[in-house]
Amino acid sequence: MKGLLDLIVGDPQADRVVPPTGVTARLTIFVSAVMAFLAIIALALSLSTGRVADRWAEELAQAATLRLPADPEQADAQLAKALEILETTPGVASTRALTNEEQQALLEPWFGTDLPLDTLPIPQLVEIIADEPAYDPEGLQARLTAEIPGVVLDDHATWRDPLLAAAGRVRLIGWAVILLIGASVAAMITLAAHASLAANAQVVRVLRLVGARDVYIARAFVRRYTLRAGLGAIAGVVLALIVLQILPDGGGFFAEVGFDGAGWIWPLMIPLLAAIVAFFATRAAAIARLREQT
Amino acid sequence: MIELDNVSYGHNGTALFSQLSLTLAPGSFQFLTGPSGAGKTTLLRLCYADLRAQKGKTRLFGQDASTLDRDGVAMSRRRIGVVHQDCQFIDHLSVAENIALPLTVAGRVSEAAGNLKELLSWVGLGPQSGRLPPELSGGERQRAALARAVIMSPDVIIADEPTGNVDWEMSQRLLSLLVELNRMGKTVLIATHDLNIIRSLKSDVDARVLRLKDGQLTTAGSVL
Repeated sequence: MKGLLDLIVGDPQADRVVPPTGVTARLTIFVSAVMAFLAIIALALSLSTGRVADRWAEELAQAATLRLPADPEQADAQLAKALEILETTPGVASTRALTNEEQQALLEPWFGTDLPLDTLPIPQLVEIIADEPAYDPEGLQARLTAEIPGVVLDDHATWRDPLLAAAGRVRLIGWAVILLIGASVAAMITLAAHASLAANAQVVRVLRLVGARDVYIARAFVRRYTLRAGLGAIAGVVLALIVLQILPDGGGFFAEVGFDGAGWIWPLMIPLLAAIVAFFATRAAAIARLREQT
Repeated sequence: MIELDNVSYGHNGTALFSQLSLTLAPGSFQFLTGPSGAGKTTLLRLCYADLRAQKGKTRLFGQDASTLDRDGVAMSRRRIGVVHQDCQFIDHLSVAENIALPLTVAGRVSEAAGNLKELLSWVGLGPQSGRLPPELSGGERQRAALARAVIMSPDVIIADEPTGNVDWEMSQRLLSLLVELNRMGKTVLIATHDLNIIRSLKSDVDARVLRLKDGQLTTAGSVL
């Protein structure tokens, strides 16, 4: 804790030994801001994708659809039988036969609005909401098939699983992007620290001659780069949050993009992580460079 | 204090000197002379562990220099004040800050205020304390370098051609400062190629004169 405090407060005398300006300083702040901006956008997309996928998966996991054979003559009897079986099945919370209007709405994207539903052999759909614990889908299918041949129970597993897998991959890509951004920040800071140490070779030489330890010399550089990376990241995070706020929502996925609940920890963590990466990258670069230089 | 024992050193396979021995006893005053290129600066750098002997042993304050890590070398240098011919300052720091630098890096900033004022007055740089090193004359730079070398009250002062860039009057003033330090008990080693400044000090200090030539270190005497 004392080390962290020393780093933030610094030693004004020690700080003065390194010239205060330079193009590397501005570049460090700029690159750190850009990387933090990209990290926030990547995180927001990744977390939002995860949230949406989780919600869809949860909704799909609770709901199932029963499709009765399209037989107009026996439709009412089959529906009554199916509802009777469902009502007596443990693990079924509720059932509801879809109305003609609802079924027509489902078909509209393919057949348009003027579909004569009553003249077509459309299978009746029944929505099933599972209880906790849920029913056994295979057992229910067997019972239904025994009473109503041709009935199909769709528990949505066939497309819930790929959806979950895709969401998992999107999340993984999100974290990979964060790691790459972190590595890029470390590489950039290392290069900047090397350049700065090379540009200040005379300063380093004088410091060594008057008895400065490597840690003292390194600290002046480390503190600067740590603070620059942290400040640049704060600017990048603020900019990214503004961009996320002004994204056109249109009620689609973009309305979901952003941070939620515990996810808000990330905008706070990114500047801290950038500073930590900068601290270790500069320290390693400075110590290595000092060993080469003097 | 500092001891070189059968030390060898060379560049690119060519020996600059070999099996050379030198002892800087406490409170001694020694001149190191010799022609340009004889290796005087290299020898001095070995004395403050800026270079490592390729053969033989260097002992700094009783410790084998080859066993010192980088922190150990840094700590030893706090006991050695070095004055370079080209002075070597941090150009964006003021003269006062440059002179106080050894105290600053040693974390003894609180001592700087008192010592600094006295020291600036001693070397006659009070009015120039706020200026930057590039604004100083050659003599002022040498005096500032000397002040920086002694601000930590080191045991040993090593000066490499400290009068190289100054006129006769200024060189006498700088040397008298070094003699004064020696009278205070400091060990002094000065490298110079100018025999006149050695002769000028013969009556003021009991100095040993060493001559480095053709890789051999000999004690000079009557030839001076």
